[in-house]
Amino acid sequence: MSNPNPVSGSPDKEPATEAELALTGKADRGATMTSPKQSAPGPRPTLGRLFLDNLWAANTVTVTVLALVLAMLVGAVLIIVSDPDVLATYGYITARPTDALNASWTVVSEAYANLFKGAVFDPEASGFTAALSPISETLTYTAPLVFTGLSVALAFRGGLFNIGAQGQATMGVILAAVAGFALPLPPVVHLVVALIAGAAGGAVWGFVPGILKARTGAHEVINTIMLNYVAVYFLSWIIVQNGVQNPDRADAISRPVDSSAALPRLLGDNLRVHAGILLAVLATWAIAWLLNRSTLGFELRAVGANPDAARTAGISVTKTYVLVMVIAGMLAGLGGSQMVLGSTANALTPLVIAQIGFDGILVALLGRVKPWGVLLAALLFGALQAGGNRMQSYSGISLELVTVLQALIVIFIAAPALVKAIFQLRAARAARLQTSLAKGW
Amino acid sequence: MEPGEIHALLGENGAGKSTLMNVLYGLYQPDGGEILVDGKPLRLKGPSDAIRAGIGMVHQHFMLVPVFTVAENIMLGAEQVRGGIVGFLDRRRARREVAEVSARYNLRVDPDAVIEDLPVGIQQRVEIVKALTRDVDLLILDEPTAVLTPQETEELLTVMRSLKAAGKSIVFITHKLGEVKAIADRITVIRRGRTVGTASPEASRDELAALMVGRDVRLTVDKQPATPGRPILEVAGLVVDDDRQVRAVDGVDLTVRAGEVLGVAGVQGNGQTELIEAIMGLRPTLAGTVTLDGEPIHGWSTKKVLRAGVGYVPEDRSVDGLVKEFSVAENLVLDIYDRPPFGRGLALRPEAIAASAKERIEQFDVRTPSADAAVGTLSGGNQQKVIVARELSRPLKLFIAAQPTRGVDVGSIEFIHSRVVRERDVGTAVMVVSSELDEVIGLADRIAVMYRGRIIGIVGPDTPREEIGLLMAGITPDAPAPAPADGAATPGEATGGTAGGATPAPERPGNEDEA
Repeated sequence: MSNPNPVSGSPDKEPATEAELALTGKADRGATMTSPKQSAPGPRPTLGRLFLDNLWAANTVTVTVLALVLAMLVGAVLIIVSDPDVLATYGYITARPTDALNASWTVVSEAYANLFKGAVFDPEASGFTAALSPISETLTYTAPLVFTGLSVALAFRGGLFNIGAQGQATMGVILAAVAGFALPLPPVVHLVVALIAGAAGGAVWGFVPGILKARTGAHEVINTIMLNYVAVYFLSWIIVQNGVQNPDRADAISRPVDSSAALPRLLGDNLRVHAGILLAVLATWAIAWLLNRSTLGFELRAVGANPDAARTAGISVTKTYVLVMVIAGMLAGLGGSQMVLGSTANALTPLVIAQIGFDGILVALLGRVKPWGVLLAALLFGALQAGGNRMQSYSGISLELVTVLQALIVIFIAAPALVKAIFQLRAARAARLQTSLAKGW
Repeated sequence: MEPGEIHALLGENGAGKSTLMNVLYGLYQPDGGEILVDGKPLRLKGPSDAIRAGIGMVHQHFMLVPVFTVAENIMLGAEQVRGGIVGFLDRRRARREVAEVSARYNLRVDPDAVIEDLPVGIQQRVEIVKALTRDVDLLILDEPTAVLTPQETEELLTVMRSLKAAGKSIVFITHKLGEVKAIADRITVIRRGRTVGTASPEASRDELAALMVGRDVRLTVDKQPATPGRPILEVAGLVVDDDRQVRAVDGVDLTVRAGEVLGVAGVQGNGQTELIEAIMGLRPTLAGTVTLDGEPIHGWSTKKVLRAGVGYVPEDRSVDGLVKEFSVAENLVLDIYDRPPFGRGLALRPEAIAASAKERIEQFDVRTPSADAAVGTLSGGNQQKVIVARELSRPLKLFIAAQPTRGVDVGSIEFIHSRVVRERDVGTAVMVVSSELDEVIGLADRIAVMYRGRIIGIVGPDTPREEIGLLMAGITPDAPAPAPADGAATPGEATGGTAGGATPAPERPGNEDEA
């Protein structure tokens, strides 16, 4: 072994010269050319992150429209299969195929026409109220979904899966209703107080999993799901308590909310659309601002994308987790409040909030967890819901078909992203196991 | 490749060396082209095909089961069984094989030792023995010296020579010029996935480096002698645990003065990371004090430490330094986003952020398509420049840079080094932690060597490399230092890398297998 390195550079010899500067410039040009894009195995990618990336990469407007078309095609098959008369024509399809095709076309086109008429516009409608009724219905269903969708989306951007929008909305509806019938307040103040109560109820229900996550690392998915159950059973319990239950009724229904706490209707008493939709647009704008133009949103996105780097940069990850969940809970709570303060119902029942929390998850995914996207997705879901009601009563097609359509749309969009994310995660893991290839130094 | 040849594959990080070798070993499938062994084209579907074809590989990070013995690890994947379908593992035979191979190639390992108790250098030897028991003719060593101390590297080179004498061919992947010159018979240089030249080991370091990066390179850092001022950072008796509650920093005392660079050298995993994280408030201190300019800062939050005028370049930029999905502009304000002019109250000021980003990008020569490009799309060197730009763009008292040039191309290394020196010259106290000895020697005015959570020596930058190498291995000058047999100078940039195992322990070298 001869001397391996006779020319080992001794430092601090030559003073810095202009040549050095020139060289530095040249160096970098060389550098950008020589160094290939390192697919360095950066921070361990999380499933959520990969999913989000794929969702954003895949989910263009075109894809959404195609998913909608595809879902409607599958829905058409379901309509045909579930109609015994139409199905019967398929028994002799080889003999007279036109029968089967005609019958299928009729039932499907009628169903979707009714869906459209119920959700957007009915050309046969006469008069102001009838013409606007579909839109009014759509917006009525849309408003709470915007809130729960925003709740899930915001948490997702902060790196948390908020499966608890349902529970948060439930707590929101309870507190809003109680504030709505128990407090004797003047009109506007009463509404504001009831909304604040609803938001607070949701916020508390978001705070609990948030603080558990921050302090103990307990996974928010488990905790929010558990709290959903707690909230649902709490609702069933509180409805039948003295002072809450409607004294005139024997079944599980609470006292009605005072009219002073109700959200004002926007287009007269015959149309159900209420001020909740305006609040929803306002909330969308506020969340968009919060995410993109505020320091809190910066922290939230940094923590969501890379908590290690956020912590190193001095951002308190625990504080951010708690705040994210509180705000998410507040939004869901506001969404829940509308279910009694708006026109859907005016008293608590065990099913008062329907599925708005769980639908919120779908809305958030469909809206690419971006605020304005959530608004549009909620609008689509609201339209399907409103149209579904008409489809059920006019074409006799069960309302569940709408749920199936909603699910299919989300599946067509989210599933590829999820599948890709899972495979990428596994590939990344495999690569780490094999060698740390690009991890040079 | 010819029999009995040591062929060095030289290239910068990300040049494609490891990928090429993974293809050879059957881990990756080639998109085109073919591999010839003894003139016959070869289709490799997996590592077992490669082993059958006589190709063995020692990975940069060892593929050993820590709780198994040497013999068990060696039989793993090629278990010999006896007793028919009952399938008893034939441990005795595995042990015999180990003993045989060790004797034949002079690679002494104890077949019954448990892997996790062995030092890194010996673990690597186990990997080599494992490959040899499979009767390979071609051995691929992927960056074998990255995790070794200089002395362990010496031993490895000795082993390689004896393998060569036994007629085995070796592909030796590295980006360290000194080792290449010491051992290779032929050198192939790879750049951006292409062979850019072959050289003989007589070529000078500068020639090789130029070939590697495609231009002339400066291997030294220009700087004036330091003019140290008052002490800025004083650490006394600091004790810190790592993530597994194992003592990582065990009573460290050090001082960094204004206008000087303190280099912290050491094999990775000897407490350097934990020391810095404790100073930055990212890790709780169990005992001891940290004072910044006379003010005790231990127990402060990271934000408060940063506000107090500390700049910090974390060791793993993609994990701790950057949010890859964020734009360059956003990453440039990652730790000052809420301070004027970038944020006021709850509101961010995107115009101010964009304006400052434009300025920094120019100042620090960040090569990016635009300030709005996601930082993850930049090259490693430019990503690092973003971090350095961010940290150096506010008034600092103390600048801590951990592995500031790891995985960074040579051009950016020069730039970052010059920035570090410039920061020192304006009177900031600078602490550079690096496992690249060259970097520490080049930048530092004083060098503190860390070993097993302690500073075991503080020396000047003119100290011979060998002496620092011994310190890094835990051997102080007063202790009886076993000299390596052939006593040659240690190859240059000898250390670095993540020691994969639980033990940070580089051990006393040189007493195991003097050839």
